[in-house]
Amino acid sequence: MTAVNAAGKEILAGNTRAAARLMRDLDDEIPAAIRTLKGLYRHTGRAYIIGVTGAPGSGKSTLVNRITTHLRTRGKSVGIVAIDPTSPFTGGAILGDRIRMQQHALDEGVFIKSLATRGHLGGLSRSTIDIVNVMDAMGKDIILIETVGVGQDEVEIVKVAHTNLVIVVPGLGDDIQAIKAGILEIADIFVVNKADRDGADKAQREIETMVSMGEYAEGDWKPPVLPTIAATDTGTAGLLDAVDRHREYIYQEKNLSRYLREKARVELVEILKTRLIGKAVADLDAHGLLDPLLADMAKKRMDPYSISEKVVNHSFAFHLLNAGKPGSGKGRGKRR
Amino acid sequence: MATAKGKGAAASTPKKAARKIRILVGKPGLDGHDRGAKIIARALRDAGVEVIYTGLHQTPEMIVSAAAQEDVDGIGLSILSGAHNYLFPRVIELLRENKMGDVVLFGGGIIPDADIPKLVKKGVDRVFTPGTTIQEIVDYVNRRIQPRK
Repeated sequence: MTAVNAAGKEILAGNTRAAARLMRDLDDEIPAAIRTLKGLYRHTGRAYIIGVTGAPGSGKSTLVNRITTHLRTRGKSVGIVAIDPTSPFTGGAILGDRIRMQQHALDEGVFIKSLATRGHLGGLSRSTIDIVNVMDAMGKDIILIETVGVGQDEVEIVKVAHTNLVIVVPGLGDDIQAIKAGILEIADIFVVNKADRDGADKAQREIETMVSMGEYAEGDWKPPVLPTIAATDTGTAGLLDAVDRHREYIYQEKNLSRYLREKARVELVEILKTRLIGKAVADLDAHGLLDPLLADMAKKRMDPYSISEKVVNHSFAFHLLNAGKPGSGKGRGKRR
Repeated sequence: MATAKGKGAAASTPKKAARKIRILVGKPGLDGHDRGAKIIARALRDAGVEVIYTGLHQTPEMIVSAAAQEDVDGIGLSILSGAHNYLFPRVIELLRENKMGDVVLFGGGIIPDADIPKLVKKGVDRVFTPGTTIQEIVDYVNRRIQPRK
């Protein structure tokens, strides 16, 4: 395991400015930031991570704000990662989730980081996991991840968070929406927000019906459906009680080891994806192969499938990993 | 079709560290007129900037705290309340206290010409007054604000 460097030590000591700079550097893919994160990785794993997802306008930010207030009265420190979309046309973004979290702006126990998706799909930004790791290493007790809110396919979050809240609001679509795959399958807890609106009871019943159609073995977690009115802080305490119950469930030995493995898998796969693609293309380019190959493809003399097969078959250097004997090194890699 | 697609994908894949400019747009003080701030936020977004918009009724302390957590390169303040002679210098003071002197502070609003030199002397980088075009502000940001090293 990599030793903690100077920047990492400052973050472990609680220097928020150093943490903020590292988060920015990770988002901007600065190589030195990765080195710092390598050292910090061993110090992650203590925070409890809650994912909050739901359609735009369903009240995610407002709910995150309320949850934060309740967690603060319980004495918990909170990290918030709030993700908003990047414009696909200009690359710019307006990150406005802080607007609803202003009451925590001066609370040193709350750290809020706004992120833009920068073209990443799945509800998170590419850097989200890295930034959650920094907040974890900083010592935040609870980390709330507010997804971009595209609504139907935010499956990545489910592997990253211990508990996933899916926010639905009355009047968004008919009961067909409730049986659609995707977002509704990722919930550990359903929240029917804006529950004072017409149709809230109906929305709740529909989701409950859908949940009850699933198959649950003895001891399985069955997602509860909870009404809230985030705007008036109604139902937040009950929601947090449900999170506590889910936490007890996820902390059972077999569930926890499954969660940790799945999370590790997402972390590794995401990083590999970025690195491998980058390296493959850069290598082709460095050997002067990229442009000729593209030209051949343009003239239909080559196809991308054959090229990719060649690249993939020749570039994996697994022998290097074997030489390093993963799991038996000097590090503390012993995790069941 | 296939040609264009393949080319586009390849061209966008190799990623070198590319910083984006991050700017906090805030409305300190008591006036509730945020249309100007929102238009600036939108224009900067369209110029490729990541804009953190923090909403109405901010204190200088809230603004600087958010700027620190978000690690921004610049802060743009919209002030229509007449309190600019207090708010701007206070933000500068807090930035310096927090060793964030490299963050560029600019702003705009109903600000008498006579006050502008005083604000600039105190460390405000630029003050825009009514009649400024959006393009002038975008050009200023592009020219003056660089992502930090």
